[in-house]
Amino acid sequence: MQRIFNDPDDIVNEMVDGFVAAHPDIVTPTANPRVLKTAFTYPEPKVGVVTGGGSGHKPAFIGYIGKNMVDAVAIGEIFSSPSAKNFLDAFKAADQGKGVACLYGNYAGDNMNVKIAIEDAEDDDIEVKTVVANDDVPSAPGDEREKRRGVAGEVLMWKVGGAKAAMGGTLDEVIATAQKAIDHCRSVGIGLTPCTIPSVGKANFSIEPGKMEVGIGHHGEPGIQVDDLKSADEMAQMSLDIILPDLPFASGDEVVALVSGLGATPVMELYVYYRKVAQLLGDAGISVYRPFVGNYFTSLEMMGVTLTLMKLDEELKTCMDFEAYSVGLKQS
Amino acid sequence: MPQSFPNAGNAIIVLALRDVIVEHKAYLSEVDGAIGDGDHGINMAKGFSMAADSLDPTASLSEGFKHLGNTLLEDIGGSMGPLYGNFFRKMARASRKEARITATVFETMLSDAVTSLVDLGGAKVGDKTLLDVLDPAMTAYREALATGESFENALGILGASAEAAKEGTKDMVAKLGRAARLGERSRGVIDAGAASCSLILNTLSAEFTKRLG
Repeated sequence: MQRIFNDPDDIVNEMVDGFVAAHPDIVTPTANPRVLKTAFTYPEPKVGVVTGGGSGHKPAFIGYIGKNMVDAVAIGEIFSSPSAKNFLDAFKAADQGKGVACLYGNYAGDNMNVKIAIEDAEDDDIEVKTVVANDDVPSAPGDEREKRRGVAGEVLMWKVGGAKAAMGGTLDEVIATAQKAIDHCRSVGIGLTPCTIPSVGKANFSIEPGKMEVGIGHHGEPGIQVDDLKSADEMAQMSLDIILPDLPFASGDEVVALVSGLGATPVMELYVYYRKVAQLLGDAGISVYRPFVGNYFTSLEMMGVTLTLMKLDEELKTCMDFEAYSVGLKQS
Repeated sequence: MPQSFPNAGNAIIVLALRDVIVEHKAYLSEVDGAIGDGDHGINMAKGFSMAADSLDPTASLSEGFKHLGNTLLEDIGGSMGPLYGNFFRKMARASRKEARITATVFETMLSDAVTSLVDLGGAKVGDKTLLDVLDPAMTAYREALATGESFENALGILGASAEAAKEGTKDMVAKLGRAARLGERSRGVIDAGAASCSLILNTLSAEFTKRLG
């Protein structure tokens, strides 16, 4: 394994330590080593925004802690949900008496641990409401959207939810707006190589050389089809063919387009891919209000790309335009 | 041969569970790797070891299970932390007032634990999860008692049906959890949760049997 770590069992804790050392102006440690919180304070108490998930997705999740973004994050092992106690401690770290919006992705472990943590939070009189991201189109058919996974659309959900909370929205308003954000998001991923959890030591799925997996999940969950490796332009076309009809997006729509590498993809290739996405969207009469191209939600060292589109309305635009300062996303 | 054993002093059974899980760490990760992340053995070994390291082995079985359950819930996360955490906490709650563990006490422990697992995880029989070991094993155990089998024999039946049920998950298509996204491609391999569950039930069966005389 050509990777950079010490004892594989320490990799998450050491990553957190390094992150805190690098960004003391943005994040603050808490008594629980698996919970980080924002270093920013607000003039008035606001709704706390929390997320959490397994590690290995940098800059998600802790990279979205910041000003007008996420207030506290529960940190799990690599690709494994944080414990209920970690979610509970994140709720406590974020709570300012206005309730907590827990905006997280649809995975079995996260669902269970959040459920237990919410019950425990009731004992501490912290009101917690959730939005469960499910933007990944290939993970389930459209009539079973509740089964779909949350992927890079979560970044936009946090941006919008964080802005709404910072604007002084009530808990119900923050939840409604974050829910709208994810309901307006559709994503798809294409994987070219597998990834390896250091403590496991070997890739736990395989993609043959010369092949690619369309619809792959953030942990290597198999996609909808294995194809011969295609050109960047063909990948862009395939991605849009999957997500455009699903919402559906239509001529005249304004969207946020988010292209994320999966960890090992050269950023220049993300731009090659985005070039075609932008052309095809233009051809379809869909205008990109704000593009994001880079590593926003990765999967260790997987080679591949994800595309997320979010259809905008005035409220979502206002939230996207709102100032934000985090490691993963900055908006001035 | 007595058909019960004292609750007091038997937290030490948690150490036996730890030993079995740690011994099968690589096996569980390998089974998980076929259709999951491949970290099941690592997470289970970590959780059971943490619980064993901070266990008071002189405590009661109920207290030992409570300690194990709390450790899994607080420190492990993933899916198995809450599922097995709740499982052992419910077994603890169902037995904490009992001086002796009898066939009926253990039946209630199992039944409460299985109910909570279904409530939390939403699994149904046939979804290719650890429930597909727990449910048939518990049913076989109950039927054995109903037909007049001793606690010892019923424990033997519990372990054997858990092992058979584990193998049975091979033919199932996953409908819940991460493997569910594989659909038909999840057929042909054992479910990792089912594998650890069979190890746990067989260890409980062996450890309880030892204490019957």
